[in-house]
Amino acid sequence: MSAISLRGARLSYGDRVLWDGLDLDVEPGEFLAVLGPNGSGKTSLMRVLLGLQQLSSGTVAVAGGNHAIGYIPQQRALEQSMTLRGRDLVGLGLDGYRWGLGLRNRRERRVRVDEAIAAVGASRYADAPLGQLSGGEQQRLRVAQALVGDPRVMLCDEPLLSLDLANQRVVSELIDKRRREADTAVLFVTHELNPVLPLVDRVLYLVGGRFRVGKPDEVMNSATLSELYRTPVEVVRVRDQILVVGAGACEEQTHHLAASEAAS
Amino acid sequence: MSFLDLLELDFVQTALIAAAVLGLVAGVLGPLVVTRKMAFAVHGTSELAFTGGAAALLLGISVGYGALAGSIIAAVLLGVLSRRESDRDSVIGAILAFGLGMGILMLSLYKGRSKNKFGLLTGQIVGVDSTDLELLVVSSIAVLVVLAFIYRPLFFSSVDPDVAISRGVPVRGLSIVFAVLVGVATALSVQVVGALLVLALMITPAAAAMRLTASPVRATVLSVVFAEVAAVGGILLSLQPGLPVSALVTAVSFVIYLVCRGIGAVQRRST
Repeated sequence: MSAISLRGARLSYGDRVLWDGLDLDVEPGEFLAVLGPNGSGKTSLMRVLLGLQQLSSGTVAVAGGNHAIGYIPQQRALEQSMTLRGRDLVGLGLDGYRWGLGLRNRRERRVRVDEAIAAVGASRYADAPLGQLSGGEQQRLRVAQALVGDPRVMLCDEPLLSLDLANQRVVSELIDKRRREADTAVLFVTHELNPVLPLVDRVLYLVGGRFRVGKPDEVMNSATLSELYRTPVEVVRVRDQILVVGAGACEEQTHHLAASEAAS
Repeated sequence: MSFLDLLELDFVQTALIAAAVLGLVAGVLGPLVVTRKMAFAVHGTSELAFTGGAAALLLGISVGYGALAGSIIAAVLLGVLSRRESDRDSVIGAILAFGLGMGILMLSLYKGRSKNKFGLLTGQIVGVDSTDLELLVVSSIAVLVVLAFIYRPLFFSSVDPDVAISRGVPVRGLSIVFAVLVGVATALSVQVVGALLVLALMITPAAAAMRLTASPVRATVLSVVFAEVAAVGGILLSLQPGLPVSALVTAVSFVIYLVCRGIGAVQRRST
């Protein structure tokens, strides 16, 4: 059974069609990168998978539902004085959605949280105030938060944004390790493919209501992207990097779920 | 009368029990209120509790019920009207100003004792009678029971809303329930410290506690301790000199806050 399955999926707001006729299966252990310019519906796709947004037509299925999803948001500046430690953040990923105070099984809970923190190498600073950690340290803890619930699907929403190269590598390798070891499907929304290119099995590229799914080489070439953008686009390979010239595809993204929900 | 004689008076004991109960509720809610940046919402809700209390005076029903009704209506209104966080500030400002105006109008129409009027703004804990105390204790238990049930997802959605949404937590519904809980607690505090000074019990102890620790559990425990010291200590200090309770509660609370800021600054420098 696929981890994520979309059939004939259509999402439109009034006359504006974000995508239509989208058939997509993400298999357990597969790493799918979702690319596209701003407003192409990347975040909306994420919201559909999280059940926050209804499809206009078609069907969507995510194995295990919300509680089997590990979600990694983009790194954002936190308040220095926030009363929260990395340990608390990870703990919320484990059972924060459950009702009650959670006073039972505290020892077992602590063991699981400690393991998740150790697995991302964050034990040293797990008890420090979260707001005083670096972006890279925060994102490592975000990975632990997503993994502690033993997800079958990981939804990553620009998790590398605003990280330096070394931390981009650390965080993407942690995600990669998980999907190899536990067969977790990864859907990775990004505006920058290169940091994760060696890990990507397939690419979903969304542009102005059109889309293409395929292996990186099948999608990331001049012919396919020119067709998607309906304007000449040059795709150049330089060493292990893919450079897209002429599509304006590398804009900074600043969206997040809460904001888009409040606005809708 | 000596200090110990004062302590034996019925109304003093009632006041101390009321303060202790309130300190517990306000102390527990406080860190969540501060995390959710709802200090101004608490203030707005307390003004509406004042309006409700004034309406109750005019109608000749219990001020406690009036305050409760006023602040619950306010909490629901704020929850519904400020769907976006960016709206919240201005929505509260608009409702607060209107509510306060209405309250003043109703007080001016009220022909009863003026001490009752003043009490709504600055507190009249020594006027708390046994029926008020009953309402206070029952409502406080209700608030704490509901809070215990929703605590984890509420905390999750307060500190990490994006991920909470992704895990299926009903973030929006919880924020309305929490606003109502805060409304009830605010209405109760109005009895003790008055509408103008509710922040001294709900915000200041929590803000002080959060200066000292990054652990949510420890912050909540400290916040309760500080709120108790401020509420109970304020009353005890006010007895002998016969000063207004609200003045001493806020003073104690503020001193705790200043000390915690100092300790927090030293801690941060040493790390």
